[in-house]
Amino acid sequence: MSSTALYNDQGGAETAVEAGQESTSSTGAAFGLFSADFKKNEDLKEMLESNKESHKLEAMKRIVGLIAKGKNASELFPAVVKNVASKNIELKKLVYVYLVRYAEEQQDLALLSISTFQRALKDPNQFIRASALRVLSSIRVPIIVPIMMLAIKEASTDLSPYVRKTSAHAIQKLYSLDPDQKEQLIEVIEKLLKDKSTLVAGSVVMAFEEVCPDRIDLIHKNYRKLCNLLVDVEEWGQVVIISMLTRYARTQFINPWKEDGLDENNETAFYDSDSERNQTEAKPYIMDPDHRLLLRNTKPLLQSRNTAVVMSVAQLYWHLAPKHEVSVVTKSLVRLLRSHREVQFIVLQNIATMSIQRKGMFEPFMKSFYVRSTDPTNIKTLKLEILTNLANEANISTILREFQTYVKSQDKEFAAATIQAIGRCATNISEVADTCLNGLVQLLSNRDETVVAESVVVIKKLLQTQPSQHSEIIKHMAKLFDNITVPMARASILWLIGEYCEKVPKIAPDVLRKMAKTFTTEEDIVKLQTVNLAAKLYLTNSKQTKLLTQYILNLGKYDQNYDIRDRTRFIRQLIVPSEKSSALNKYARRILLASKPAPVLESAFKDRDRYQLGTLSHSLNIKATGYQELCDWPTIAPDASVRNVEIIEPVNEWVPKAGKSKQRKSEKFYSDEEEDRDEAGSESSSTEDSSSSSSEESDKSSSASEKTSSESEANSIDLFALLCSQVTTSSFSPVKTYDLLHHMSAKGLAAKYHFPRQPCLYQPCMVAVQVILTNCSDHNLEEIHIGDRIPASLNIHCFNTIERLEPGAAVTVSMGIDFSDSTQAANFQLCTKSDKFNVSIQPVVGELLTPSTMTEEDFCMEQTFVFYFHCLSDIPLCFLCLVMGPSCR
Amino acid sequence: MIHSLFLINNTGDIFLEKHWKSVIGRSVCDYFFEAKDKAGDPENVPPVLQTPHHYLISIYRGKLFLLSVIQSEVSPLFVIEFLHRVADTIQDYFGECSENVIKENLVIVYELLEEMLDNGFPLATESNVLKEMIRPPNILRSVVNTLTDTLPTGQLSNVPWRRAGVKYTNNEAYFDVIEEIDAIIDKSGTTVFAEIQGAIEACVRLTGIPDLTLSFMNPRLLDDVSFHPCVRFKRWEAERVLSFIPPDGNFTLMTYHISSQNLVAIPVYVKQNISFFDTASCGRLDITIGPKQTMGKMVEGLSVTIPMPKSVHSANLTATQGSYTFDLATKVLVWDIGKLNPQKLPNLKGSLSIQSGVPKPEENPSLSIGLKVQQLAISGIKVNRLDMYGEKYKPFKGVKYVTKAGKFQVRT
Repeated sequence: MSSTALYNDQGGAETAVEAGQESTSSTGAAFGLFSADFKKNEDLKEMLESNKESHKLEAMKRIVGLIAKGKNASELFPAVVKNVASKNIELKKLVYVYLVRYAEEQQDLALLSISTFQRALKDPNQFIRASALRVLSSIRVPIIVPIMMLAIKEASTDLSPYVRKTSAHAIQKLYSLDPDQKEQLIEVIEKLLKDKSTLVAGSVVMAFEEVCPDRIDLIHKNYRKLCNLLVDVEEWGQVVIISMLTRYARTQFINPWKEDGLDENNETAFYDSDSERNQTEAKPYIMDPDHRLLLRNTKPLLQSRNTAVVMSVAQLYWHLAPKHEVSVVTKSLVRLLRSHREVQFIVLQNIATMSIQRKGMFEPFMKSFYVRSTDPTNIKTLKLEILTNLANEANISTILREFQTYVKSQDKEFAAATIQAIGRCATNISEVADTCLNGLVQLLSNRDETVVAESVVVIKKLLQTQPSQHSEIIKHMAKLFDNITVPMARASILWLIGEYCEKVPKIAPDVLRKMAKTFTTEEDIVKLQTVNLAAKLYLTNSKQTKLLTQYILNLGKYDQNYDIRDRTRFIRQLIVPSEKSSALNKYARRILLASKPAPVLESAFKDRDRYQLGTLSHSLNIKATGYQELCDWPTIAPDASVRNVEIIEPVNEWVPKAGKSKQRKSEKFYSDEEEDRDEAGSESSSTEDSSSSSSEESDKSSSASEKTSSESEANSIDLFALLCSQVTTSSFSPVKTYDLLHHMSAKGLAAKYHFPRQPCLYQPCMVAVQVILTNCSDHNLEEIHIGDRIPASLNIHCFNTIERLEPGAAVTVSMGIDFSDSTQAANFQLCTKSDKFNVSIQPVVGELLTPSTMTEEDFCMEQTFVFYFHCLSDIPLCFLCLVMGPSCR
Repeated sequence: MIHSLFLINNTGDIFLEKHWKSVIGRSVCDYFFEAKDKAGDPENVPPVLQTPHHYLISIYRGKLFLLSVIQSEVSPLFVIEFLHRVADTIQDYFGECSENVIKENLVIVYELLEEMLDNGFPLATESNVLKEMIRPPNILRSVVNTLTDTLPTGQLSNVPWRRAGVKYTNNEAYFDVIEEIDAIIDKSGTTVFAEIQGAIEACVRLTGIPDLTLSFMNPRLLDDVSFHPCVRFKRWEAERVLSFIPPDGNFTLMTYHISSQNLVAIPVYVKQNISFFDTASCGRLDITIGPKQTMGKMVEGLSVTIPMPKSVHSANLTATQGSYTFDLATKVLVWDIGKLNPQKLPNLKGSLSIQSGVPKPEENPSLSIGLKVQQLAISGIKVNRLDMYGEKYKPFKGVKYVTKAGKFQVRT
């Protein structure tokens, strides 16, 4: 609460300043004068109720200003909510902002605004639909859950990808408001996951992660699509998708790390057509092509300007790629070190974890981790950590030279950390242990106390590894003892002397004597070590120290700290023989003077690899709420065929939705764009192919754009026109191919067909159909021809029998079918020498019509004619068109 | 993802709060203030903090903290990157990201935040798109309050970074190749470490939807690059050219990094001698700067910054060129030199006095060098040509090179 109090205090001064501004500039005026909220709110209310738009706007701006400052403006709710239906977009936006903030507190009143949103959800403008859904779903009022659910369902099938994106966001909001809706929401997610728009992909995966991260089965069918779309998704979506795919891959693919040495061959073998080398291996690991697809498609994102994207690709490679490939991420991670301080901090944390396991990855970039005096301390210590991890026999001399500079740093915390690091280097690399130790001993004469103290602590640890040779150092430290005041250092020296008291038999009792004098004024940790020292000396040299020990134990007995009292009591029982003393007494020497194992100095990041890299949990080194473990690789790969996508259903879903004369196409990237154009209508046609990955489709794009432009002309004209326009523009449109026969079900013979939309050569009543026959088997197919038809009366102009089709070869043949102006399927048999397969071709209405050009007058006449019919009867639309057919021709 | 955002100034006042989900009380910031007090220097505040119910991720920029409240697992970089994007956007809109500017434009900032995130997930972060939805303050906006009647289309197209319907009478495209040298030079003058950070800053004002291709004379130099989303990865990988439809206005096209494994030319050398005496409470300072590898160009904007040890009391120096200042509060000595004249090398010489009774400083301070070389990219990178497709007019094109000192440090 202190902060609010502070805030009010400032109010006066602020008002004065801003009041001053008011007179000079008109812009600042709106936000001035808040000191007396209650009075101001009255005039805000008046302004909101005035007739002038500008007054209302002014009032709303001030109200939003209040909200931004965290002040309460909830009492204005009734006055504000009235303006929700305002025509002024700027005003409306501000009202929305207000509503989202206060609806939760004023549920009843908020309901008044709902109908406005419901109406806006049906608006022809996609932005209005989207923003209505956005605000509606942000109003956290449980009563409207059913309305939200309905709106989400509707929006998820909207033609505008932007609205669908908004619906994906709304899913999460509804889920947090009412988790009971989960099942229904999952259905919507499932539907949206199938969406091919790059706009939607990121948002729906986010919803998936929030609502049902365990439903990995929903991803299978969309996996390849997501991989392929990834480059074109907006950057925030990329991060979410990559992290989801990381988890997915860990459940679906087998471990690529098993045979590290062999992996290299595998990879090339996978790409090259000759897999000879691969076959020579005894136990080859072959990476799932989908696994490879993921790695290949994420790699370019290392070049993203967004550091979060780079980091998420790096963690993906770390967790999924074969070991030898992981190093491709190194450069990019090092590049991030130039970014903001906070970014550096997180990236360095992750590199620290990585560098423990894989020194080689970062060793060539060692110099990038050199510390600058201008770095903040936490960055410095992280860099130090990494340098220590990277140290090995070859580079240790360079690193130690660097460390020498750091030890002298003015930043004492950092200097202390450097000493720790030197200690770690010394234990890890035995060659330099002596050098390090000597260096540290020199530091003991440093003027700065923290440096000395830290050195003592580190030396203590080092000495433990090889105590015999270093009695000189112990003596030296005993001499320093008087001048050191840092408790930890004093305690360390006491412990050392106690532990190796037999090596310094003359000094040890003297130190104890000094300690006995100052015992009462020492810190607890020093007292404990004094008691320890006393006990050890009592056992080895009781003649000299018996009285001293008794004295210290008596002091300890009445100490204020219970730990010390406790320890004293324990030690007394252990070492001083008495009639009551326990059996332990005999073993006191063995207990206290047992040789202790040397401490292992290791990185603080040693155990961080249990968390997924790049996560919050990793950064904090605790399990954060909502953290999902990355599971281990499965030992046997799950069925890979689940990711096979069925081929697009032959029935095209281009029957337009009520009133909107648009056609949904199944093209990949510019589908968004086309729909957009229908609405915006004015963009020029050269936006094509901006997405780099759609280059393979660029040949199609030109034709597609021509089509849209002609379509948008016809845009406002209605249904009938649409049907005609499909035919008129048909020769430009990309060819849509349907499956006739799948090679799996036909012993290797695959057949696809499409309508070339050209007049049929054979008979005028026939529709031309082109069939592409492909031999997917490994043997020749012979005598491919058309067999029986059902019904037998079906009039088909067959293609000539194909004598022989080589494996892998394809041939295109044309045939003519008389559908007799109906949409009934033509069923017939496709035969080879040995087999017969039943197939059927289902025509779409549009394919049955031929193009015709007519003047505007003619068109209007025809149109009224059709409408007349349409109104009078419930004749099915297709029939109507067929009736119109001849007259068009 | 991101639950709430608090903007906090250097003294610890919360002057803006925004919640994308339900409201979280300000008291959550107390944990942050605690950490801030503990850290002392604002730069030392850990970016990620944990509280009993929330996680706090903060950035420090322009003397203010942007503190976000997180409720569950998220990539911390995601949040940090976003917060910086918020600061960038504010900077883009109002020229700087500071407390005063934000307070003056509170409503616009609040609206921006509303548009940038939906339910805590980034929605529109491209400045071209945002500017269509929320106009930056200009004369027009203050005169006519209702301007944002047009709805943005940028978000929907395949080029979400470019606004629609761009029109200029003068079509121009400028590219600045800016390189910064990061280096550590040791006492004896040898280079411990040096690398180059480059960026191509573009200012493109072209009508319609131009498709540009920029190629280099020597693209091999660039071994690690990052791009604005508009650059097509595939073209770069295959042909080493930058092919893109640019955003409108100013943007960073690419950044690159030439690492320490390559040889980096260092434009100046520094001869320095800073020493403190044991006996008398004073020290001596003598610095000379001379040209090293300048490729025949003039070194400008030369400056030396020395954070002196705390015990230094005052400085009595003479500079042969430029002027020096010594800030008594922060103990920072700044020597502003200007142009480097190879015939007459600038020199700064004199004595430092130390507070009496204080032992002499352990370590000599390190020097930070600032400099600028126009018309030179120190790495040797050169733009070959710029081509435009998709539009008919002839644009005016220009490329400029400049080399600066980045984190250029001389240890003493």
